[in-house]
Amino acid sequence: MTLLLETRGLTAFYGDFQALYGIDFEVATGEVVAIIGANGAGKSTFLRSLVGLVKSAGEGIRFGGAGIESLPAHVIARLGMALVPEGRRLFPSLSVEENLAIGADQAGEGPWTLASVYDLFPMLRERRTAPATALSGGQQQMVAIGRALMGNPRLLLCDELSLGLAPAAVRNIYAVFPQIRAAGAAIVLVEQDVGQAMRAADRLYCFQEGRVSLTGRAGALSREQISQAYFGLH
Amino acid sequence: MANLLDTLLQGTLLGGRYALMAIGLSLAFGVMRLVNVAHGDFIVLAAYLALVTVNALGLHPLSALLIVVPAMAMLGYAVQRGLLNRAIGRDIMPALLITFGLSVIIQNSLLEVFSADSRRLQAGNLSSTGVSFADGISMGWFPLMTLATAALTIGGLEQFFRRSRLGRAFRAVSDDPEIVQLMGYDPRHVHALAMAVAFATVGIAGTFFGIGTIFDPALGPPQLLFAFEAVIIGGMGSLWGTLAGSMVLGIAQAIGFRIDPGWGILFGHAAFLIILAVRPQGLFPRTRDA
Repeated sequence: MTLLLETRGLTAFYGDFQALYGIDFEVATGEVVAIIGANGAGKSTFLRSLVGLVKSAGEGIRFGGAGIESLPAHVIARLGMALVPEGRRLFPSLSVEENLAIGADQAGEGPWTLASVYDLFPMLRERRTAPATALSGGQQQMVAIGRALMGNPRLLLCDELSLGLAPAAVRNIYAVFPQIRAAGAAIVLVEQDVGQAMRAADRLYCFQEGRVSLTGRAGALSREQISQAYFGLH
Repeated sequence: MANLLDTLLQGTLLGGRYALMAIGLSLAFGVMRLVNVAHGDFIVLAAYLALVTVNALGLHPLSALLIVVPAMAMLGYAVQRGLLNRAIGRDIMPALLITFGLSVIIQNSLLEVFSADSRRLQAGNLSSTGVSFADGISMGWFPLMTLATAALTIGGLEQFFRRSRLGRAFRAVSDDPEIVQLMGYDPRHVHALAMAVAFATVGIAGTFFGIGTIFDPALGPPQLLFAFEAVIIGGMGSLWGTLAGSMVLGIAQAIGFRIDPGWGILFGHAAFLIILAVRPQGLFPRTRDA
């Protein structure tokens, strides 16, 4: 396995507030990695730093072997990094199909097309002409994932997919992850639902107050280790 | 009866003139939430550009569109990319102040170069001929052409927004300029392209304005006012709404003119204020703020 993404000592600020204190992080090609942690641990900020929406400092971010920390977000997106943002952030003026199609506008060829995304989420095909925001929360999350896949990313970042969704909707969404993975993309999942994260991922990072408090193979970590790293109990 | 019909007809034709001038303003607001206070001055600038083109090349004013429209589009791209992109965002004040400054600069530059003398684009008998119906109802060919051009431009732009890839990007950047970056679009470039399209319509509006009216460098602000009223009446962000708003404004003014020649403009403003009081979102609002 080759290294796809690597950060060393990544720091990020919102104004004077420091959100990340030196994150070391790695994802290999084809790997699924989960980031867990409490609210405010810096998980979303970390993803936003990777895609260039938050400016970061440190030794930088290497993606596919090249330093990308100084690149603007739209250039990083074209290099093959896609984010499913927290809260989905679909385009309300666009239909379901237009929301999907715009994901492919600036991207290269790959396994993901309108047809293959509709095969992945058949219920979206029926609602293709509806305004994206007229769908249920779970269906909107499918559109958000589909929109990111349409860019045929090498790395798919997912921010809190389960947030605000019914348990059944969450199961439906995680059920397709093996197919997404089989198509070749590496995946980083940010989750508050630890059980879901451990089932879906090969490796786990736990963030606490802007630092990595624990990392390891998902199966090798005990509940006690995780709750300690999650809540900072000693 | 004939009087009433004639009033409605003249009001509709006047509305066509306002619609053509309001398209660019409506578009810039719809895509960028940007109110361009210099919009009227750019229309007058385009009229002078048409005048220079006609004088230099000896073209018919309508042929000058072939030069004025692309030139204005390029100017729009440059103004947005170089200046206005720095001013748009959560707060609308910086853009208002900058475009107000542009308005002053354009008026004074035109005054410096062309003097305060009134000009007109000579379009031969196009501006003076028309068709008469029975019972004292008549219309000029040029106002009819202006109305048709406005409607075709709006129809074309609506199709472009709905069907083309760039039109889709315009709608997306209007919804969420942060997330379009994740789709590989540079919002600064998309905004500049949207302003280029808006300025292309300003090029059309300015050329028609120069053929239809005697103009001088100070005429920008009144054009802005009418265009702004048309956009507000129609509802922000909707081009068909802007056309409807222009018709309301034009017909209200025509009715006022019919009652007393001094009341036309007043009736237009009154219609605007009534709509603002009764239906502040306008007739057909489309703008959505996420």
